[in-house]
Amino acid sequence: MIDIRNLTKRYGSTAVLKDCSTHVAKGEVVVVCGPSGSGKSTLIKCVNALEPFEAGTIMVDGISVGDPATDLPSLRARVGMVFQNFELFPHLKIIENLTLAPEKVLGRSPDFARRKGLDLLDRVGLAAHARKYPGQLSGGQQQRVAIARALAMDPLAMLFDEPTSALDPEMISEVLDVMTALARDGMTMMCVTHEMGFARRVAHRVIFIDGGTIAEDRPAAEFFGDTASPRAKSFLSRILQH
Amino acid sequence: MKIWDWAGFFEYLVNPYILAGAWATLWLTAVSMVCGLALGFVLALMRRAPRRLVAAPAGFYVWLFRGTPLLVQLIVIYTGLPQLGIKFGVIQSALIGLSLNEAAYLAEIIRAGIDAVPPGQVRAARALGMRERQIMRYIVLPQALRIVIPPLGNSVNGLLKTTSITSVISMEELLRRTQVLIQEQFEVLELFSVAALYYLAMTTLWQLVQHRLERYAGRSDAPPTAAGA
Repeated sequence: MIDIRNLTKRYGSTAVLKDCSTHVAKGEVVVVCGPSGSGKSTLIKCVNALEPFEAGTIMVDGISVGDPATDLPSLRARVGMVFQNFELFPHLKIIENLTLAPEKVLGRSPDFARRKGLDLLDRVGLAAHARKYPGQLSGGQQQRVAIARALAMDPLAMLFDEPTSALDPEMISEVLDVMTALARDGMTMMCVTHEMGFARRVAHRVIFIDGGTIAEDRPAAEFFGDTASPRAKSFLSRILQH
Repeated sequence: MKIWDWAGFFEYLVNPYILAGAWATLWLTAVSMVCGLALGFVLALMRRAPRRLVAAPAGFYVWLFRGTPLLVQLIVIYTGLPQLGIKFGVIQSALIGLSLNEAAYLAEIIRAGIDAVPPGQVRAARALGMRERQIMRYIVLPQALRIVIPPLGNSVNGLLKTTSITSVISMEELLRRTQVLIQEQFEVLELFSVAALYYLAMTTLWQLVQHRLERYAGRSDAPPTAAGA
């Protein structure tokens, strides 16, 4: 589904990603973790071309992301993305946040888009809030809406960029629950997160990025087992301390 | 010698000649504002363009029209351009001068409004597969609009009064007609008071409209019903 080969990304002269290669199969859930500034967010932003990259290839469902001939909007329409700061459209009602792109990008009828939107809101437990504005919801609720908004496009895969990092602790689990349900339904997911409990329970594989390179890429059970490398171990002990 | 002619004052207050002048001020403001907005919007988009070849002319335009007095611009258009064989009538000159001048200021307001929309909003719209034109129309402009309503309202208020400058090229708006009547009646204070009242009435009316617009644009920020970010 997502195939990353020898990816290199630079900001000016500093390489933030160096020769990264990995693969996410259909239905697979991959957690990407690593110290801050390691390049993990950049990696998933390259997947839907929100960040350009200098070398290597990324294929999404057989389409080359880096190819100048690729129509990026239609590629992005098929890959859902959830951001750290939700980025709901504040001037639109919750339901309008869910119907705008399906109507304008996929050309769906307002009626169909609306029914699907309400279904999805129901799925994330927020059907009662359809007519409110994003500013009236809590952070956890907004992030669940953001997930529903991405799902409204019927994506092939979902990218999560630290979806719980901006949330108050008591709201983290409601978002992780939605993500867990999504994974159980067989969604292909690439999640940048520090939620190691989620990774342990849900992820098939864990990618550990350190200093712009993929230091570990192995099944979750192995990653959390004894075989983890010293660098990953020290990272884990630092974030699991509390 | 009479001090203040109340009868005259009330007569001027409903004088059809003055009233028609106030009406001219009103439509002069409306038409110049609409034209200024259209041109200002194009200029704002040009100034934000990554290509210097597109951005630079817009920057030059804004620099030129904000850096010279409207009075000079009007006189150049009305009495200067005929020297080059380009002739505009009084009304045309007034509309052109006000629109071109206003566009320079509005371009800066619109540009600032567009720039104030957080880049994360554009990123989120892109991630949904929206095209740049759609992002501008459905995501950026509606959010920029509510940012620019207060400064735009200021511009309308200013323009209502600035139209009086077109009296120097004998545009028959409120001030010009007031001055004409003064030359006949010599009741300077009474007539200028009437003109001032008309300007006040128009700016007050606009203030009410602007208040409504701001409320409409701000309808999405009702107080949160739950705690949190």
